[in-house]
Amino acid sequence: MKESEEKKGLSSGKSMSAEEAIALVPQGARILISGFGNAGDPKMLIDALCASGKKDLVILSNDLGSPNADLGKLLTNGQVRGLIGTYYNWNPEVAAAYNEGRIFVELVPQGSFAEAVRAAGVGIPAFYTPTGVGTELAAGKETQSFGGRDYLLQEALSADVALLKAHRADPLGNLTYYKTARNFNPIMAMAADLVIVEVDEMVPLGALDPECVVTPHIFVDVLVPVR
Amino acid sequence: MKTIPEEEAKRRIAWRIAKEFNDSGRTLFINLGVGTPTMVADYIENPGVFLQAENGMLGLGPAAREAEKDLFLINAGRIPITERPGCSYFDSALSFGMIRGGHIDATVIGAFEVDGDGNIANWIIPNGKQLGVGGAMDLVAGAKKVYVAMTHRNRNGAPKIVSRCTLPVTGYGEADCVVTEYGVFDFSDGRLVLREIAPEITLEELRSITAAPFEAASSPVPMFLPPEAPEE
Repeated sequence: MKESEEKKGLSSGKSMSAEEAIALVPQGARILISGFGNAGDPKMLIDALCASGKKDLVILSNDLGSPNADLGKLLTNGQVRGLIGTYYNWNPEVAAAYNEGRIFVELVPQGSFAEAVRAAGVGIPAFYTPTGVGTELAAGKETQSFGGRDYLLQEALSADVALLKAHRADPLGNLTYYKTARNFNPIMAMAADLVIVEVDEMVPLGALDPECVVTPHIFVDVLVPVR
Repeated sequence: MKTIPEEEAKRRIAWRIAKEFNDSGRTLFINLGVGTPTMVADYIENPGVFLQAENGMLGLGPAAREAEKDLFLINAGRIPITERPGCSYFDSALSFGMIRGGHIDATVIGAFEVDGDGNIANWIIPNGKQLGVGGAMDLVAGAKKVYVAMTHRNRNGAPKIVSRCTLPVTGYGEADCVVTEYGVFDFSDGRLVLREIAPEITLEELRSITAAPFEAASSPVPMFLPPEAPEE
């Protein structure tokens, strides 16, 4: 490949600043945000979302960081209408806001949450899972027996936007991840209409071993290189 | 009955469960919950035991020392850990596929209550301050064998093996083995059976601090105990 053609490949038009990318997020959007604990969440995009002041957001994520840190800042700022996720004990502001009726919270077991996101991305509207049968979190969910065991019907979870974090990306948007920061990123990349990815390191086209690409670029709309 | 200090109780429980995995002589894939269950890793000597973390890793190494801490290499309790040669990373759906799909041989979890029917309550105390389930329900429903690692009584002295769970249940009939500082109990065909008893307690005393009926041989096997802690 000639050098000029390589350069053509480098300018696919998916790259923009965090502010430009967040400007594409609608008010009141339903947003998938990756991360587990403090690993794998797109900290720069979250900061830009906080600075944008967009309100009435519904956030689908594993947790909500800590009070006034990372994802927690969205709640502290009053930008959140509701949460769908698995574990908010790391951020006591969530229980407080829920108890005061300021936000709605839908708790989903972590494995059901992950599979529901994956399902949304692969065209499956719902699935049966043995997790949570008979518990408080089964409320409102249909139960069906297969082979003598009861299962709950879990509906897929999709969103308007996904805000994600990758380690490396090529200009097309092929992605690799870093250690346990991978967590929900690959499945959330499949489950939203608009997928915005914060990237630690941009590499030239052809630099990623095709055998090692975790998320193929078909799922990726916008790349935001870390400054 | 002799009271066992909390730290010694937890060490004993963790060591006793690790012995189960060490004695198996098989390759085992194990998921450890937070708290006392995490301590089980300190006593595993069987090189065929591979630890899985539900946030997307198989083949966890020991906790990271200060100099080797990587904020993006953590276990499900957010503790920085290390890689063991042959480890792998994967996304959360695949991770819970391993769990739900029956590929994890055992999980070790803590609990607030376990009842005589093997029901487990470990995900929430409804006090208005907690709002989270994490992977607890997936682990008890999916792992082939569920070990409950808990002190025999709570901080108020009340039994944690109860006749019927009063707290919100994590999974119904999912407990397979309960290890406390005073004994090892198995759930066998829906019956709670004492397998081993600690030397600090008599069978009668054990029944008095256990709120669910259990079966026991007239002279139960003495509980296997860790070697004495080395002098500081």
